[in-house]
Parts: sequence; structure tokens; C-alpha cells
Amino acid sequence: MSAAAPGPPAQPRAPRRGRPMTASRRANRAGIAFVSPTFLVVLVVVALPILWTVLLAFQDARLVDIQGMGLLGDWTLENFSEVFGSGGFWESLLVTLVYTVGGTAGSILLGLVAALALRPRFRGRGLLRAAMLLPYVAPVVAVTFVWEVALSPQYGIVNDWGRRLLGWDDPIAFLSSRRYEVGVLGLHVDVPPALLTVIAFECWRYFPFAFLFVLARLQAVPPVLEEAATVDGATPTQRFRYVLLPQLTPVIALLCVLRFIMTFNKFDDVYLLTGGGAGTDVAAVRVYDFLTARYDVGAAAAQALVLAASLMVLLGLYFRFFGDRAREEQA
Amino acid sequence: MSVSRARFEERLFAVVRPLVIVLLALITLVPFLYMVLLSVKPVDALLLEPGALWVSAEDFTVSTYRDVLRSSGAGGQGFLRFLLNSALVSLGTVALTLLASVPGAYAVSRLRFFGRRQVSALFLAVYLFPATLLAVPLFVIFARLGLSSGLVGLAVVYVAQTVPVSVYMLKNYLVTVPVSVEEAAALDGCTRLRAVREVVLPLAIPSLMATGLYVFMIAWNEFLFALLFLAADPEKWTVSLGLAQLADGVEVPKTVLMAGSVVLTIPVVVLFFAAERLLTEGLTSGADKG
Repeated sequence: MSAAAPGPPAQPRAPRRGRPMTASRRANRAGIAFVSPTFLVVLVVVALPILWTVLLAFQDARLVDIQGMGLLGDWTLENFSEVFGSGGFWESLLVTLVYTVGGTAGSILLGLVAALALRPRFRGRGLLRAAMLLPYVAPVVAVTFVWEVALSPQYGIVNDWGRRLLGWDDPIAFLSSRRYEVGVLGLHVDVPPALLTVIAFECWRYFPFAFLFVLARLQAVPPVLEEAATVDGATPTQRFRYVLLPQLTPVIALLCVLRFIMTFNKFDDVYLLTGGGAGTDVAAVRVYDFLTARYDVGAAAAQALVLAASLMVLLGLYFRFFGDRAREEQA
Repeated sequence: MSVSRARFEERLFAVVRPLVIVLLALITLVPFLYMVLLSVKPVDALLLEPGALWVSAEDFTVSTYRDVLRSSGAGGQGFLRFLLNSALVSLGTVALTLLASVPGAYAVSRLRFFGRRQVSALFLAVYLFPATLLAVPLFVIFARLGLSSGLVGLAVVYVAQTVPVSVYMLKNYLVTVPVSVEEAAALDGCTRLRAVREVVLPLAIPSLMATGLYVFMIAWNEFLFALLFLAADPEKWTVSLGLAQLADGVEVPKTVLMAGSVVLTIPVVVLFFAAERLLTEGLTSGADKG
């Protein structure tokens, strides 16, 4: 393909490399033409609603009187004082943080273990690898319902087996108890069963996500590296620590960011499992409560905004400390 | 010393690895087995023996499925109607999302235009915004419009949720389609629009399918917006919403709802496994040579 490649005479538009200036201008115009439909859709259905949320957060908006309200009403900071002042805000933020960190770390760790375990060839590996994705692919409502039934104190399999095989005295209400006393070696420790169950669910449902990413990265590691280490007498743990882990660090850092963002904003899983009760009142569920239980649109918007702002602060901190690694992976 | 440590570790992992694999298989498969199992037994059998991981021949029944699918007028739970709603919303979302994201993905992957980097960053940034930020204004809009726009409105919201990630996925594929095929088409007198439609898009079919499938899964599984917009109108419930609403009450037997879960899960899982293989076949491998 050279500069001397004119199109058929009937199609004067065809030569693409005739004059560089015009070609780049044409590409520029075509680019804008092609991108604008997508851009408009995103603008109208995503960006504008988000902007409106910001406006609503500073207005005294209730659903009943929003009909007659203009876009710009009277400005107020009441919503924020309501959000911060209402009982349980800080506790909810703490719960959200514990839930997010637990879910993120657990799912990535489990995904890493799964990827390493299913790495060498064996019969049925392909099938098992596909099966690993089931929790992630299946509808959240269906899997939460299965967990709910399985953990039920009345007819759940977990409590039944626990009582028969593990000698539990009473059934444990995993999803509705805030505190449970566990005796370990004579020490009595309070654990929050509902919060732990929700975190366990998060790990179970999202480990396939980490599994996929880590497995893809593992397959790109040149086998020579490990062979050389083996020849040098490195043990399996040393090979993991000094050969594989450095290769995996960027993808793990990226996974941490992605999972953290998604878990921090998570609504359905917690809402479906516990309804936000029993010490699992994560921030996203609070937004929903403001919206549907009190029809307090302004407070809901303010809570959503506070949630987004806290996430940005946390991400800012993260990138300050670990930024280079995640950027490396994205590049 | 280190040789014996290496040998010790090799032996240890030879034992631990199969155990881990079995454990992983158990935690991923048993919940789904449990789901299917409970869906084919009467609720009495569940209450009598909550710990049973089997179903006896005399207990086996498919009446749960009949019950859950039958319309509510006929004494069932009306899941057939919900399935139809879900299918309409999900397929509509896939069509609209692909329509909205193909031009954008093409432009971002191919054309050097003013603001290209910013636009592509914007698409990604939008994806990271929490759904709750969107939920509030959309809830207000829906409350204003009334429920008449139910399923269509829901599809529009899903499009908003899926366009950014869909642009991202398509773009990643389109950059691998060689520019030379397009240049060849241009030489043959194709306009750009025609080249995109008749040359680039057919080559991008694997990616379009993968993206479409992903969008379908998001729309089919979605719960929050369905709950916000449709909760008041059982006629318009999607399967996810219907199952969640009925699971809250006590009047529907759990085994019937398990049948509902199976009905909800099967389409996604079947599609996923059917397409997984298809997606691995590359279409562009020979396109640049002929």
C-alpha cells in the first residue's frame, strides 16, 4: 500500500492516503460522527442522572412534592446533616468497609488458590474450570435463595448437619443474628454471624472473577522461568514466591481495585440475604431504605453521594500507595 | 537440606492439591445440586429430612415446576409470564446496547479524532460509578412517568448500565482486526459506513456474541432496578424480581420456589456453556492473507 494507490475514478473518496492533512481531518470528522451516538446515549442515560443526583442531594426533595419542583429548587445542606446525624451512619460505614475488605481479600485469595490448583493438566480439568464460573454466572436472586434455604434454622441442610455431625446444641440463625458467642479454648468470643455469612457469600460468588484473571495471567508466564528455578533447586513454595508471584502482582493489584469498587457499591447480595438487618447495614442498602421506606429523595441522593465520595477517597489513598503496579497492568 | 525440603514440599502438594480441587468442586457444584434436588421433592419431604442430599423415588415430583410456571389465575405462581418479561427486557437490552456501542467502539479503536482519549476514558469512568447514584434520579423519573413505561424503561436503564463495558469489550476486539481489510474494502470503492457494515462487523461476530452474551447475563440477572421500578406491578415482574418477592413471604412452599430458581438459572447457564466454546474460535486468523 503506497501513496500511489488511487481508487477507481468513479469513487473520488476512496484514496485514503492521497493528502495526509485531508485524510486526518476526514478521520477526525468520521471519528466524531461515529462516536457521537454512543456518546449521546451515555450522556443522556448515565451522566445526566448522576448530575441530577448531585443537585438533588442539595435540595429538600421528597417524592410527593417533586412533581411541582423545578430542577433547581432551594439549596440546603439538610440532607447531609440528616445522613450524618441519623443513627448508625458511622457504624454503617464501618460495616461497609469490613464487608468490602473481607469480600475483596477473600475472593481474590480463593481465586488465586483455585487458579493454581487447576493449572496443571489432569483429566476433567476443562470441565472443572468451567464449573468454577458457575457461582459468578448464575443469577444472584437464585443463589441467594439457595443460601437462605440451606442456612435456615428450621429446614436448612447446614444446621441439620451441624447438629448431627458437629454436635451443635441449637441451630444457628446465620442470617439474622447480630452476635453469637463462640467458645474457643475456654475463651468466649463474640462473632457476628450475619456479617461473616454475607462476606463468605461474597467470596464464594466472586472468586471466579479473580480465578479468570489470574488463570489468564498464569498461562502467559513463560514455562522457562519455572523450569530454570526448578533446575536451581527451588522448592514449590519458593517458585511461587520468587517466580510466579512477581508475575502475578500487577493483575492482583488490578483485581483489588476492581473488586473493591464493586463490593463497596454492592446492593443486591446483602439486601437479598439479610435485608440489611442483623449488623449488615451496608451503605448501598441505606440508600435504598431512604428512597423506598421514607420516599426521602434528597437524603437518598446525599447518602449515595457520600458513598461515592468515600469510595473516591479510598481509591485515592490506594493509588497513592500502590498506583504504579495497577497502572503497569493497565498499560 | 534444600533437596529434602523440595522433596517434602513436592509430596505435601501432591496430597494437598487434589484435596483443594475436590473442595473447590464441592463448593461450586453442591449449591446447584442442592437447588435442583429441592426442586423435585414435595415440601413435606424437605421439612421431614432437611439434611437429605438425595430424593427417594416415591418423593420425586415435577409438580413443583407445574406449580411455579402456571399463571396466577390458574393457581400457580405465574413464572411463565415472568420468563417472557425477562426475555423481552434482556433481548431488547442486548439489541439496543450493541446498536449504541458499535459505532462508539469502532471510532475509539480506529479513528484518530479530537478527544478520542477523553471519550474512551469517560466510558470507563462511568462504569465505575455506583448504581445507587443512578438509582435515585431514575426512581424519580419513573415515579413521574408512572408504571406505564415499565419494561421499556427498565431496558433503557440496563442499556445505561451496559453500554460502557460493552464499548470497552468491543474496542478491545476491534483493535485486533487488521486495518488492511478495511483499506482493501476502501480500495474496492466502499464508503466507510459500508466497510464497517460489510467487512468489519462480520469479522467481529465472535466479539459481538461475547459482548451480547455478557449484556444478556447482566440484564437477566439484574435485581435492584427491577425492584425499584416494577415492584408494585406483578404483571411486569421479571423472573429475578418475582422470585425475590415470593421468597419474602411464607405462603409459597420453598420447594416450589426452588423450581423457580432452577427456571431462572438454566437459561443463563446454558447460554454461557454453549457460547464458551464458540467464542474461542477466532475468525480473523485467515482474513488478512487471502
